[in-house]
Amino acid sequence: MHNQIFENYHLKDRSSLIPLLQEIQSIYGYLPENALRDISDFVHVPLSRVYGVATFYNQFRLTPLGENVIRVCRGTACHVKNSANILYALETELGIKAGQTTRDKKFTLEVVNCIGACSIAPVILVNEDYHGRISVKDIPKILKKYQTAKKTEKVEKSEEVSQ
Amino acid sequence: MKDFNQLCCEKCWHTTDKSCEHFIQCCTEGPLCHNDDKCEYEITSLRKRLMYEEHDHPIIMIGMGTCGLASGAAKVKEAIESELKKLNIEATIEGTGCIGYCAVEPIVDIKLPGKDRISYQEITVKEVPRFIKTTLIDKEVYKEKVLGSHGKSNGVISLKQVPFFEHQQKIVLANCGVVNPDSIDAYLANDGFKAFDKVLRLMKPEEVVKEVLASGLRGRGGGGFPTGKKWELAAKQKTDQKYLICNADEGDPGAFMDRSLLESDPYRVIEGIMIGAYAIGATTAYIYCRAEYPLAIERLQNSIAKCEEYGILGDNILNSGFSLHIKIKKGAGAFVCGEETALIGSIEGRRGMPKPRPPYPTDAGLFGKPTVINNVETFANVAPIILMGAQKFASIGTEKSKGTKVFALSGNIKNTGLVEVPMGVTLRDVVFKIGGGIPDKKEFKAVQIGGPSGGCLPESVIDTSVDYESLKQVGAMMGSGGFVVMDGETCMVDVAKYFLTFIQEESCGKCVPCREGTKRMLEIIERIPKRYGSDGSKLDQLQRFKGMIHLQRLADVIKDTSLCGLGQSAPNPVLSGLRYFRHEYEEHLYDRKCSSGVCKELLTFSINNEMCSGCGLCVKKCSVEAIVGEKGQAHYILDNKCIKCGMCYEICRFNAININ
Repeated sequence: MHNQIFENYHLKDRSSLIPLLQEIQSIYGYLPENALRDISDFVHVPLSRVYGVATFYNQFRLTPLGENVIRVCRGTACHVKNSANILYALETELGIKAGQTTRDKKFTLEVVNCIGACSIAPVILVNEDYHGRISVKDIPKILKKYQTAKKTEKVEKSEEVSQ
Repeated sequence: MKDFNQLCCEKCWHTTDKSCEHFIQCCTEGPLCHNDDKCEYEITSLRKRLMYEEHDHPIIMIGMGTCGLASGAAKVKEAIESELKKLNIEATIEGTGCIGYCAVEPIVDIKLPGKDRISYQEITVKEVPRFIKTTLIDKEVYKEKVLGSHGKSNGVISLKQVPFFEHQQKIVLANCGVVNPDSIDAYLANDGFKAFDKVLRLMKPEEVVKEVLASGLRGRGGGGFPTGKKWELAAKQKTDQKYLICNADEGDPGAFMDRSLLESDPYRVIEGIMIGAYAIGATTAYIYCRAEYPLAIERLQNSIAKCEEYGILGDNILNSGFSLHIKIKKGAGAFVCGEETALIGSIEGRRGMPKPRPPYPTDAGLFGKPTVINNVETFANVAPIILMGAQKFASIGTEKSKGTKVFALSGNIKNTGLVEVPMGVTLRDVVFKIGGGIPDKKEFKAVQIGGPSGGCLPESVIDTSVDYESLKQVGAMMGSGGFVVMDGETCMVDVAKYFLTFIQEESCGKCVPCREGTKRMLEIIERIPKRYGSDGSKLDQLQRFKGMIHLQRLADVIKDTSLCGLGQSAPNPVLSGLRYFRHEYEEHLYDRKCSSGVCKELLTFSINNEMCSGCGLCVKKCSVEAIVGEKGQAHYILDNKCIKCGMCYEICRFNAININ
């Protein structure tokens, strides 16, 4: 059922495995089991090995994502600027732990090691938008914006948050 | 002519499939194969336009790197666009990369015809109308936000005199934020690909290797292995296929040089890769880039496509017989993939786990073939070396460390951003002269260099010079260039805990010392700031002291027996902490205190009766209902319920929460 995707891959071997997983994840938001089986057949690698690769890398997920994905940067610069508190505030505000999705499927909270925007630490990334130099006080405001926005609308960043 | 790929007249025959060997030279020196004033004028005027020397309308340049975008550059661009439309002004808007001064983004440059280019800092959407009116209609300098002038200083401070730039020496970052990163023409006009052209037409592969060897360039990814030596080893191999890999898997938290470089000057990196491939005889090159850097990947993809279109990449490049194809591989989020053998495994489609060396990648690397892996910054150094000559490059820096090094300044420092300094300057210069010191008049405590493999250096060794050997001597390492400054409110035990958490999460799990050892180390460190039940069991205390006694030995074992460089350097943050901040560890252990106020379990929270207005915000935010009080009256914290999360302190609007 994933033949359309496979058409673009000429090499039917291991080296296509990670790009394939990345493409499947960009379509579904996660890696469904049947897709893993299809990939395993296509690249001639046992399913167990495909699973091994999918669970080794932080990027891959085996469970679906929420509507909005919040990524909290936990790089050194962000840590020095108190990102642990930001994460804690988000966790209590959403009522979930890092790595989980809220019940209404609105938010998924994730921790990333460093998104390379250290100069504006602490940073969180909501979907594609960077919010830099934030404090715990800004969090309810940020969450509210995404809570009300429909999925199709692109939420625009407000000035005061990003400054 | 709109771009260099266009033919100047029918005498020129350069096409994508059959490229002319003089193409690159032609871009800067006019038509070489024929004499025609019109063609010469066409090419020269195109070049002058691209170098912003000759233009009819004002040009507005906006820094559109990740840092700029995160600070609202996209919004500012939109506002400027609509303002121009409203006022009916014709002007060109271009997105450039990052000039390095991330602290004052968004940076907007204005270049009026016949005048010098002037940079403005921290432009907000609100002031755009005023900004446009002053600069474009009144044609004056917008004095409130001026950063500096790119040209001579006519009443405006020259950029070179701004303290942040004054002590820098830009070789690698020369084009960043100055040349449009999306335009191959702009790169060509600014002497781009000239080094590659020289190598291709005038130098043999062995000569290139010799030149890089003579320059003394060492790997900028952290290890510091001489680049020329690596190339020499691979060039000697006789096989049908060799590979070259550019390591852009910048996993060190606190480092963003590679991202910035790829976003702001992708062609420079590609040129370095091309020269490297020519030198070792590789026909396929890979760029392994983190998936967390979407903008960098996009710009690389565009750049590679453009190079192919111009006949600079592909088969029989510039009619020289040399072929090269560059492929991009996206990383999938594993810190260990920055290690070269793990990276090779990842490209091959396996779990990114290191392999024992030897065999070294230069003997048997990717798909079992000889492979050279270099860092982004290393490749960015190659073209300047070829152009300026090995001798001149080697004159910069110290005896064993040549050239410059790019650092990513972040943390508690005024001027965060990307800086490039010649090797041999002191850390003090970087922190205080370039970085502007610590904000809010706080004291300097330490600087963390080299990410999870490096160490924290205190004020007593801050006069150490920046080079591979000196940094190693004081217990840190060059690393990839993360430079995180910490002030008095940073707890070193907490920092050690942070790095160990990171390392044991990212340990690939292949070798026991790293997998188990880092976990045990973390447990020991975690026990230090832990507050046990009120009875304070003697066993807990005993465990805590016992752990500390074993810590040093454990660290030594991990260092000596781990498989890869990451494991071998994993204990460094703890070791450097014990070396320089032993008193802080002892304070935590014996006095049960954290004077930086970070280790929350050792703190007690209380509410100042006089400051508290009884708004009840903290009651609402407290997740364990440890705060009680009537509305409008001072509240109290129940110590036995409090879990010391510190949330009340963060959100209180009256600063009524005290920490002891």
